[in-house]
Amino acid sequence: MPHDHHEDDFHHSGMSPSGHPYREDDDRPLTYWQTMEIAMREILIEKGILTPAEIARQIDEMDSRSPANGAAVVARAWVDPDFRHRLLNDASEASREMGFDIGPLRLIALENTADTHNIIVCTLCSCYPRNLLGLPPDWYKSRAYRSRVVREPRKVLAEFGVTLPDSTTIRVHDSTADMRYIVLPRRPDGTESMSETELAALVTRDSMIGVGLPKSPD
Amino acid sequence: MPELVRVKSMMPPGHVRTPAYLRGKCGIIERALGEFANPERAAYRLEKEMQPLVRVRFTMAEIWGDAAENPDDTLDAEIYAHWLEKAD
Repeated sequence: MPHDHHEDDFHHSGMSPSGHPYREDDDRPLTYWQTMEIAMREILIEKGILTPAEIARQIDEMDSRSPANGAAVVARAWVDPDFRHRLLNDASEASREMGFDIGPLRLIALENTADTHNIIVCTLCSCYPRNLLGLPPDWYKSRAYRSRVVREPRKVLAEFGVTLPDSTTIRVHDSTADMRYIVLPRRPDGTESMSETELAALVTRDSMIGVGLPKSPD
Repeated sequence: MPELVRVKSMMPPGHVRTPAYLRGKCGIIERALGEFANPERAAYRLEKEMQPLVRVRFTMAEIWGDAAENPDDTLDAEIYAHWLEKAD
């Protein structure tokens, strides 16, 4: 039967039939900032400054940005040395050249080499290259990541499964002001014959934050 | 010769974009970024004041002393000019 009825199906408490705890309903009062957001949105609509459709479209646009955008930029830099040069010189302009709308964002690309590995963080808040990578993962905004990666980047990297030799210099970049950063990871070995599209599939979000490496081919 | 600078050791209240863990620390200017509105004024809608912004590179040894994981690893941060003084 598609809908097996269990003893206490109605109250949805304890464990679900699939063995996961039910998520509690959020029957609680709005927080101060939730109330403020609703009030501001309603005033903007009431005064005719924005329409509900425009707000929905903007949310949709923000949600549609994903690490695939950044991966396309990285793969292009791997196959096109001139583009790589332009990217390292002015990452905002190079991203626009590929058709990504990055607004007024000031982007710096940081290249990983045989002896240098870059990691990005925002210790003061949660600055992140959203236009190219979408919304940041929750851990990126956590106090643990923000405070630890500037102090013990190697230990943090190891927890992400990346162990680098002492001979590799780690450069941590704290996005304290007006710049945003993206890491240009090293192209994995054994990918010489791969196309730009195939290469982009190897580029992970974490490799562009610097806490991971691109996937290996195969 | 790369320019050596020190982050001023002041602790003003307000919307400050200079992390406390870098105050009093010396580094070299990695690159200049141009002029940007000082956020300490912009956050309160005060009259705009442009400040040169630079990326300063610190060694982990400079920031954390003996507690550094690897003394030669580095940390780069963007610092506004009014937070920097010459260091020799």
